[in-house]
Amino acid sequence: MKIIRINKENWADGLEKLKRSYRLFGPVKDNNLHVFKELDKGELPDCSYFNTRLSPKSIIYPQSEIMLEYELDESKEDHHILKEIDTDYSPRAVIGIRPCDAAAFLLVKRNFDTPEYKDPYWIKSYEATTFVGLACNNPQTTCFCTSAGSGPFYEKGLDLLLVDIGDYYFAKIITLKGENFLEAAGWDTEADGNAEEQIKTMKQKAEAKIISSIATDKLKDKTTTDLFDAPFWEEVAFACINCGACTYVCPTCWCFDIQDEVNGYSGIRMRNWDSCMFPLFTLHGSGHNPRSTNMQRFRQRFMHKLKYYVDKYNDGIQCVGCGRCTRLCPANIDIRKVCNLMNGYSA
Amino acid sequence: MQNPYLPYPVRIEEIITETEDKNLKTFKLVFLNPDDEKKFSYKAGQFAELSVAGKGEVPIGIASSPTEKGYLMFTINKVGLVTTTLHCMKPGDIIGIRGPLGNSYPWDILKGKNVLIIGGGFAFTTLRSSIVYMLDPANRPNFKNIHVIYGARSPGMLLYKDELTAWESRDDINMHITVDGTDDPEWKYNIGFVPTVTEQKAPPGNADTYAIICGPPIMIKFTQPVLDKLGYCHDNIIMSLEMRMKCGIGICGRCNIGKEFVCKDGPVFTLAQLNMMPKEY
Ligand SMILES: Cc1cc2nc3c(=O)[nH]c(=O)nc-3n(C[C@H](O)[C@H](O)[C@H](O)COP(=O)(O)OP(=O)(O)OC[C@H]3O[C@@H](n4cnc5c(N)ncnc54)[C@H](O)[C@@H]3O)c2cc1C
Ligand code: SF4
Ligand code: SF4
Ligand code: FES
Repeated sequence: MKIIRINKENWADGLEKLKRSYRLFGPVKDNNLHVFKELDKGELPDCSYFNTRLSPKSIIYPQSEIMLEYELDESKEDHHILKEIDTDYSPRAVIGIRPCDAAAFLLVKRNFDTPEYKDPYWIKSYEATTFVGLACNNPQTTCFCTSAGSGPFYEKGLDLLLVDIGDYYFAKIITLKGENFLEAAGWDTEADGNAEEQIKTMKQKAEAKIISSIATDKLKDKTTTDLFDAPFWEEVAFACINCGACTYVCPTCWCFDIQDEVNGYSGIRMRNWDSCMFPLFTLHGSGHNPRSTNMQRFRQRFMHKLKYYVDKYNDGIQCVGCGRCTRLCPANIDIRKVCNLMNGYSA
Repeated sequence: MQNPYLPYPVRIEEIITETEDKNLKTFKLVFLNPDDEKKFSYKAGQFAELSVAGKGEVPIGIASSPTEKGYLMFTINKVGLVTTTLHCMKPGDIIGIRGPLGNSYPWDILKGKNVLIIGGGFAFTTLRSSIVYMLDPANRPNFKNIHVIYGARSPGMLLYKDELTAWESRDDINMHITVDGTDDPEWKYNIGFVPTVTEQKAPPGNADTYAIICGPPIMIKFTQPVLDKLGYCHDNIIMSLEMRMKCGIGICGRCNIGKEFVCKDGPVFTLAQLNMMPKEY
């Protein structure tokens, strides 16, 4: 695999060049917290960050997104007929995305890109995007990516992996998209023969810093209804206030609501992130609600990620171990604990 | 890339008030573009998302049968935002439709079998579709005996009354219409709840007999033990479920029961399948 060396003095120039052919997104500091946003002219990504509070999922899948539009004025010819809208799917690149967050898109892709139905909004954005990852040299105590199917130097889901060496980056080319990206930036200095070995050592060091883990090996063989009816749910769910923060920050949560909005005679149909933590999520028009209690909604979130998803796709859990939900939960709910309870449960 | 969220435009051709409380209306819809009708090829038991610009969408079972060409039919209960808007619309108005969605009743399996249909309240819509489909001269030879048990609160709450009367007089379908109660002296059918009538009138269960059951939860709860007693095995009991829906195509994540999405993997499940799924519906 080819590795390019990018001297940091060439970083800013390369990025400006890239902005001619890509919309660039990167982490920037906003009120003490890092967020992913589109980089303006001259604006640099701040790669000295640990990770963003919100996941970068919104770059592909905005929190609110217009799907269709229509005209309600009956004197207009096509009134009340829904139409597709023009959306910008020009090439874009996310710089400095963490490998776990990029891997999350692969888990989510299974939901939006199915054999029967293709979600055009998600797929077009995803395909238009080049993922330029930044290897994690200093994982945090809440990270458990290595036991959740990804890792601090994980490459699947990335087109390019940057490794910060101090004065320069190594850029490991993973796909053709990644190669094209480097070319557009004019970064073409091949790294010397030791680079591969150097990256490997750093990878091992980073992985060794990850001190927490989950066990998922027995989830697949459990009977769904046994886990569903397990007695521990009431207790683990007790503190949860159903605020939805966990699903909001999670890179692998994808549920959405669809709403119409009208202004005068013109209207749009849009989708907005939604959360299984909210009672309205499943409320029938009749008043019946199959998940009317906190516990039922809490259980849905974990059963979905750690059992239903596992059974549906037979390729691991719906979590990459970024630790956001654990860091941000006001009630100290910890997915690692819940996962281990589930994995260790026998009816 | 085909956009699965984009509805086909349709025109409301006719609106029929079905019940005495005026809460149920049947809508006949015609595609604005004849090509769209060809793309909308459906089976009895499927549903569609009806789309009202400015209000939203609702999943509604298809009440017409694939054998009825040139229009689609839906019977809609007035509940909330979208269904109330639909109830206030008039012939000529334009709405949208997405589908057909979901699986259907298992017509491959039902071929050559006895079919017992049990319906209660307004959940008779896709059952009507099924009956019309089976009674079509081209299809009738593919099924053995057909029994229909259909109950409503009162005679005025029965859907599709003219058709019910017509089916009553046929000898290739056994109708058992019932109401919870009535003071109509002319009422010549059954009086009693669906589970009781099932116990009295339904054919016994065997490998060649399938029951399709749709209705309010309370009816299903009390009918199921009756079917057990009659010898129906759980693989031969077929149900259609309801969940709050948005996308209708298994993507928005809303309507799951365990790993199944009711909109895409359902809404039709056998009782044997439901036994393996969490009781969360
Ligand atoms: C497979 C299926 C078939 C159905 N067939 C019929 C039918 O033939 N006739 C009929 O009258 N009703 C049917 N329903 C129920 C019907 O979809 C709801 O009554 C309707 O969505 C209520 O919408 P509303 O906007 O009027 O209510 P609101 O309470 O304002 O609902 C807001 C939105 O929530 C969703 N929603 C609310 N309740 C339900 C629900 N019970 N099921 C699904 N989505 C819901 C809809 O997207 C709705 O627009 C069916 C439901 C499903 C799932
Ligand atoms: S962040 Fe914590 S309290 Fe809030 S919904 Fe998630 S688990 Fe519950
Ligand atoms: S469930 Fe928690 S740890 Fe797993 S990907 Fe989502 S936010 Fe990260
Ligand atoms: S309605 Fe969206 S997943 Fe079923």
